[in-house]
Amino acid sequence: MLITTLTPLAESIISLLAIISLMLAFVMLGSRWLNNYLYAFALESWAIAALSVAVGIYGHYPELFVIAALTALFRGLVLPWLIWRIIRRLNVAREIHEILQPSSALVAGAMAVVFSLSVAYHVGSSLGLAGTVAVLALTIMLSMKLIGFLMLAVRHEALSQILGFLVLENGIFLGAQILVPGMPMLIEIVILFDLLIVVTCFGMLVQYLVAHVGSTSSLDLKRLVG
Amino acid sequence: MAGTLLLIMVLAPAVAAAASALTRQARLAERLNLAASLIVAVTAVPLTVLSAGGPYYFWGGYIVLDLTGAWVLLCTGLVYLLAAIFSVGYMRLLDEDDRLWSFYALFAGFALTICLSAVMNNAGLYWIAIELTTLVSTFLVGFERGPESIEAAWKYIIIVSAGISLALLGTLLFYWAGSFVLGPTYDMTWQVLGQAAPKMNPALATLSFLLILVGYGTKVGLAPMHAWLPDAHSESPAPISAMLSGALLNVAMLGIVRYLSIADAATVGSLARTALVAFGVASLLIGALYIVRQEGIKRLMAYSSVEHMGVIALGFGFGGPLGVAGAFYHMLNHSLNKSAMFFGAGNVMRAYGSKEISAIRGVWRRAPVMAPLWLAGAVAITGAPPFALFLSELVILRAGLERGFSWAVAAMAALLIVIFIGFLNHFRGMYFDDGDEEAAPLSLSAWCIAPMWLALAPLLVLGLWWPQPLWHHFMVAAQALSGVRP
Repeated sequence: MLITTLTPLAESIISLLAIISLMLAFVMLGSRWLNNYLYAFALESWAIAALSVAVGIYGHYPELFVIAALTALFRGLVLPWLIWRIIRRLNVAREIHEILQPSSALVAGAMAVVFSLSVAYHVGSSLGLAGTVAVLALTIMLSMKLIGFLMLAVRHEALSQILGFLVLENGIFLGAQILVPGMPMLIEIVILFDLLIVVTCFGMLVQYLVAHVGSTSSLDLKRLVG
Repeated sequence: MAGTLLLIMVLAPAVAAAASALTRQARLAERLNLAASLIVAVTAVPLTVLSAGGPYYFWGGYIVLDLTGAWVLLCTGLVYLLAAIFSVGYMRLLDEDDRLWSFYALFAGFALTICLSAVMNNAGLYWIAIELTTLVSTFLVGFERGPESIEAAWKYIIIVSAGISLALLGTLLFYWAGSFVLGPTYDMTWQVLGQAAPKMNPALATLSFLLILVGYGTKVGLAPMHAWLPDAHSESPAPISAMLSGALLNVAMLGIVRYLSIADAATVGSLARTALVAFGVASLLIGALYIVRQEGIKRLMAYSSVEHMGVIALGFGFGGPLGVAGAFYHMLNHSLNKSAMFFGAGNVMRAYGSKEISAIRGVWRRAPVMAPLWLAGAVAITGAPPFALFLSELVILRAGLERGFSWAVAAMAALLIVIFIGFLNHFRGMYFDDGDEEAAPLSLSAWCIAPMWLALAPLLVLGLWWPQPLWHHFMVAAQALSGVRP
């Protein structure tokens, strides 16, 4: 079990990187500019790659270095580049339609973290892991999940929905690195590639939206009701 | 034997998809898809029979053929065959001949991903296969390229991808729960998880199962996560609606069923079952409410799918031999019946040029060949005798009473009656209200009518006679699911 054998230094490095990722999720939640979303997402992916390296070193899982490299490459470079291309083609610089002001969204995000903490604390103490990095990992995993859903719900631009979806995925990936570092590598690699295909499909659909609906705002997608 | 059959079954749609994409000829792609569907359907039958002696593992344990998976394969094979026959007639009407090859390539690919999902033995790979079904079918949903169909495709991919990411989280947490028992690295097969389950932490197992249930429940279309389903089902071409409803929803239900038996082994089964039953009742409720006041013909069928997935969820949620048998039987019956209903809906939609129920009048007179079939299908789908859905729903009701879910049984019975009245009322309007007396009878090609016959004839037979071997098959399946592992 990785969690119980960590030195204090390793535990603080891992915690720090995990918290940085959560902070970057908040940056995305509070930002109005699509470009800022994108930079925050790329940085978050790099933080997660660094986390994989840290877990690989301190937990003696050399295969995590491969995962870290792939994460940095795909989540940190290729995905942001794909989305950047879509942003440039669509010519949308910022989120124009928002239901929730960024400030209120941040408050809702904070409440999501509190809720996640209470769930993680309950599960952690029933496993006898209270106070370890496992509770932190579970908290961040669940709260990034909720923040991702929040972004999907309160933003209307198709692109920010894609980014919200990627935050969901990043949260899961981050948690997986800490909680189940021994997970067979095949699965992790396949999931990475899967993500790449998902984003490509999203990109194609956004083009169809522009061509056939004439808008990428979900506010305009209300033909189908009832 | 089983391995070879499985390989043929998977290769057929793969070859058809690849060849269609390479040759780019509509007619050739059409035939390839038809041939592939025939092969899948024909191989699915012996695989179902063989699966009773299993489970069999192939490919280093990554592929499994078990009773539950084989049953889903059978439903998929039959629906795929019917839909492939129907699409020959239906898709030619669309006048998109230059793009039609891509439709058939995606169609075969869609069938391939569904078949793969049903035989995945690794929980992580199963998740990926399910995700792939979404990606392939999104483009089929948006194939007609109208604003509505693109909107439906976008909603479909966003809602379902976000939804099943919850299932991925649940899968990871299950892996984590298992790692306390089995050590940090192990192969996350259904079997291994089931063996580790009794020693799993109950709190963690509960959290994981609920995440899985909501995640895959999104894909199954259980209310209140069903939001994508009516849009996608109503906007895709009719053969794809049939595939979504008759094949895709089942294969997602398969995941829930597999995790349910793990939750049972982890001694959190009663909470898990109650949650599944609650989602089932909610689906019936949403289905009933939207069916009664529905205006679109294919949305009517889509909400009926929400309802029937609720019924199947209730069957598995009640559990026990009766519940599992009823749910299995209902899965097959619903697949056949809903395919026929979507084919009929597609036919009238094309013929009348409208999706609105109010615009479809005088079906009886204008489509004399199809009308009795479609009406019989409508009677069958509402669970009236002598069709097979009556039997399976009755068995599920009995299972609920036996297992102490009388509140759910009461709700189910009441809602089924509401749906019966609401659904058939729409058909009364379409068949017997006065329409345009001058309009000429419609001409429908045999490709469009034959699959309805093929779907409804077995339903009538299965409704009058529940074969003993089939009953025995379900009993073995129920035993396998209840944790008695060979």
